[in-house]
Amino acid sequence: MNKKSSRDIFVSDLPRNIFSGFVVSLVALPLGLGLALASGAPPISGIIAAIVGGVICAILGGSNVTITGPGNGLVVVILSAITILGEGNMYEGYLYTLAAIIISGALMFFLGVLRLGSLSNFFPSSAIQGMLAAIGIGILAKQIHVMLGNLGASGSILELLYFIPEDVLIFIKTADKSVFYAGSVGIISLLIMIFYSKIRNKYFQLVPAPMWIVLVSVGMYYYFEIFSTETYPIADEFMINLPDKIFSKFPQPNFTKLFTYEFISAVIAITLIASIESLLSIKAVDKLDPDKRRSNINKDIRSLGIATVISGFLGGLNVVTVIARSSVNVNNRGSNRSANFFHALFLIAFIVLFANELRHIPLSALAAILVYTGYKLASPENIKKTFQVGSEQLIIFLITLFVTVVTNLISGILIGILTTFIIHIVINKNISLFIRNLLKPNVLMFEEDEKYFVSIENFSSFLNYSKLKSKLDQIPETEDVIIDFSRCDFVDHTVMENINSYSESFRRKGGHFEIIGLDGYKSGSNHPFALRKFVIGKPKDKTITLTKRQKSLHKISEGLHWNYTSEYKKEIKELPNFGYFKTRQITKVSNILSNEECTLFDLEFSEGELIAKQNVKVTMMYLELKNNIPQFTLDKEGIFEYIIHFAGFKDIDIDNHPDFSKRFYLSGKNEEKIREFFSDELILFFESNKYYHIESNENGLLIFGNERLAGVKEIKALADFGLRLKQNIS
Amino acid sequence: MQSIKKILVGIAFSPNLKPNIFEAIRLANMFGAQLVGVHVGEKTSKKEKQLIQLISEAPDLHSPIKTVWKKGKPVDIILSTSLEENIDLLILGAIQQENIYKYYVGSVARELTRKASCSVLLLIKPSIDRVKCNHIVVNGLKDKKTNETIKASFLISRALACKRITIVEEISQKEIEVKVSDDYSLRKATIEKEKLKRREDSRVHKILETINTEGISVKIQSIFGKRGYSIGHYAKVKRADLLVMNAPTKTTILDRIFPHDIEYILSELPTDVLIVK
Repeated sequence: MNKKSSRDIFVSDLPRNIFSGFVVSLVALPLGLGLALASGAPPISGIIAAIVGGVICAILGGSNVTITGPGNGLVVVILSAITILGEGNMYEGYLYTLAAIIISGALMFFLGVLRLGSLSNFFPSSAIQGMLAAIGIGILAKQIHVMLGNLGASGSILELLYFIPEDVLIFIKTADKSVFYAGSVGIISLLIMIFYSKIRNKYFQLVPAPMWIVLVSVGMYYYFEIFSTETYPIADEFMINLPDKIFSKFPQPNFTKLFTYEFISAVIAITLIASIESLLSIKAVDKLDPDKRRSNINKDIRSLGIATVISGFLGGLNVVTVIARSSVNVNNRGSNRSANFFHALFLIAFIVLFANELRHIPLSALAAILVYTGYKLASPENIKKTFQVGSEQLIIFLITLFVTVVTNLISGILIGILTTFIIHIVINKNISLFIRNLLKPNVLMFEEDEKYFVSIENFSSFLNYSKLKSKLDQIPETEDVIIDFSRCDFVDHTVMENINSYSESFRRKGGHFEIIGLDGYKSGSNHPFALRKFVIGKPKDKTITLTKRQKSLHKISEGLHWNYTSEYKKEIKELPNFGYFKTRQITKVSNILSNEECTLFDLEFSEGELIAKQNVKVTMMYLELKNNIPQFTLDKEGIFEYIIHFAGFKDIDIDNHPDFSKRFYLSGKNEEKIREFFSDELILFFESNKYYHIESNENGLLIFGNERLAGVKEIKALADFGLRLKQNIS
Repeated sequence: MQSIKKILVGIAFSPNLKPNIFEAIRLANMFGAQLVGVHVGEKTSKKEKQLIQLISEAPDLHSPIKTVWKKGKPVDIILSTSLEENIDLLILGAIQQENIYKYYVGSVARELTRKASCSVLLLIKPSIDRVKCNHIVVNGLKDKKTNETIKASFLISRALACKRITIVEEISQKEIEVKVSDDYSLRKATIEKEKLKRREDSRVHKILETINTEGISVKIQSIFGKRGYSIGHYAKVKRADLLVMNAPTKTTILDRIFPHDIEYILSELPTDVLIVK
């Protein structure tokens, strides 16, 4: 793609980006006001964050279709920072918090410079889920009171939750017209949020739900103003408060508390949540991008940092990447960062042109939007999903949630990490596995036969996931990858979840990503993201669930009309007759794909005795033959390891096929018969196909590729090879 | 290590003595070398009898074993004997971790590995019956010792009749100047990796030009990863029988705290390891 054509694309895409930016701004306007209010900051601060974020990140950002602005995750942190730092005075607290926001922006910038953008990879996913749910509850607990027209509610999250029923009663019984109307607007707004997605009207859906709320509540004001004889029933204190000169007078951040404990912990909490929220959003939005581009995370974090610093100086909140607005952008066919820029421009236009109208939005309407957002974060569905992954994940989730609600975010996430680690130790009944191997570079990646092979040792969990991730990030998503966990004793949910998202993005971009080595591991549930643990011997049936590989094998068997069982009760009798197994003890046969004459299976065998004993897992194919053929082994020349048992037999060269003789090592007892058996067609077949180790024991053939478990794609190739070979022989 | 004329094996009267001795005798015969057995401790007639009995059960030695009995600190004595006797190869046994199939080098052997002036062979699974060596993995990293090490691996593979050698180039991640952060930099990094691979391949090919590789299948594999560790992991994945490595340049106390290169291998032996000096 040359420069001109990319500019042409940019220009031709402009209209749709402008449109998309417009739609996003319709969502961003009420959300920005609401998030700022919920944070205890002046409403305009949310709009400032969105404008600065839109402009700066559109220019400097590293992702494509993300939208930046104030984030819902930060509401709770900023509210607590304002309350604590202000010591009762909300405006003072706001000025101190602005200073904290500026510092956190600078920290974000340095995280990006140091390429630590992947900070969130160090957190277990269930703990993050729990923390987000706690944030949701925090938002909901506070805003539900505002929604019902009670502006004065305060206290801890638990107290606020406790007062909800009481507040509902007050709202029903109230004689205050202002409270009643404000509460009614709030409840109607909430209903709009809830039922918006259920109404399938083309024209209704043109305007996003938050904007409907703005339109309805502003419309109500003008109804009273113009048509009704009555005066507008909601008092001024229940209305949003916007300054008169929005873009000329900015508040002064107050840095005087810079080195106090409260200030520092506020900075840490803000930075932590801002980067986690941004990273989660960027990752999620990348999956939505129709052009399948990969975001430059560190560049994005840097630009968010810069934007936050500027926003802070102008009196705005933190700038983070936000998922909901970004997905609105994608749905409206936004295709590059200019959409983010236009969303900022439209926000400026709204504020300049409609400032007066916006002043007629009741607080309760905005609170309703936030109640809905909070509910989404903490919805019981999330809990259900976590539980499906495994009961241990639910424990982590609930503990993190609870600790975050009763203390604060930082303690919450720390306890979450600790809980996860303890649970891992308990599950494995082994602490040294983690301690001994924590710092070891446990991931090996190399390219072989145009395939990437990644082997992971010891254990793989959130503790060392970044090592695996840094390797996986280096593989172009159009390639073939095999991830081998067979040397790994334990794989946790965080890794499984992330690995699955890799597998998805490889599939999207035309590559192939396969996980092997987990079959037969013990897992907590049959969810694909469930953690998996290696067990010695045969575990109870209940604890074993099929892995993705096993499920794919099942599918293949259906396609071929073969049988499939994951666990085999009987042994395959013919196997020990092969020379290969003379020195190898078969311990387990599993994942068997078979019809009457062909059997494909994973085999576990041990080599050596006692201390030298080694367990090896290999995928093989066994073909039963009707007619007798001579005993032989056929190998690629140079790989001698399989043929020790034929020691003493020389390489049999077939006349007239020097190339075949050069490339293959053929040996066996009866040279004459073997020469006879290797017809021209058969030799051509071997020459034109992939190399496999093939051994004949007169009435059967044993075929396998590498001495390891095969991926699904490799199994298909092996099955195909075997079937064609069989046709060739008989 | 042009040839191996003298091999030293430590004799400790432990349950592993028999396989250790058998393995040493076989190796001595394969290399046509003389075997020197060193026992650190008192010479008693009972021990002597046991040893003679063992050697009589073992395959015949081509040249007679020389036994040295000395009292003192094991490390000092083995080191001084290896100097006195002009030893070319020191054979040491590894210890297995309890219950798991992992091997590591004990403290004495570790010290010997660091201080010995000759090559050291660390055996994880000495056995009484011969287990054939089928695949040797050797490091091919950019180091002035590598040339010698690769030559040594061919010498060994001829002596052990091993027909397959993989030369592994460990390329440090740091050498790739492009950091992967998006599609564009990923493409650039992939191209650069390809370049590095080619550069390393041609370097190894140059070394191979001076070696007779006939009859041995040689493969060159480049790995981007931590030096010393990824080659061990690779040897495990490929189930190699012997890993041949350069001797470390110098190890300080810091290397043991922040392990690198050879220290990774010593803390967890992937297979039999030969360290070439």
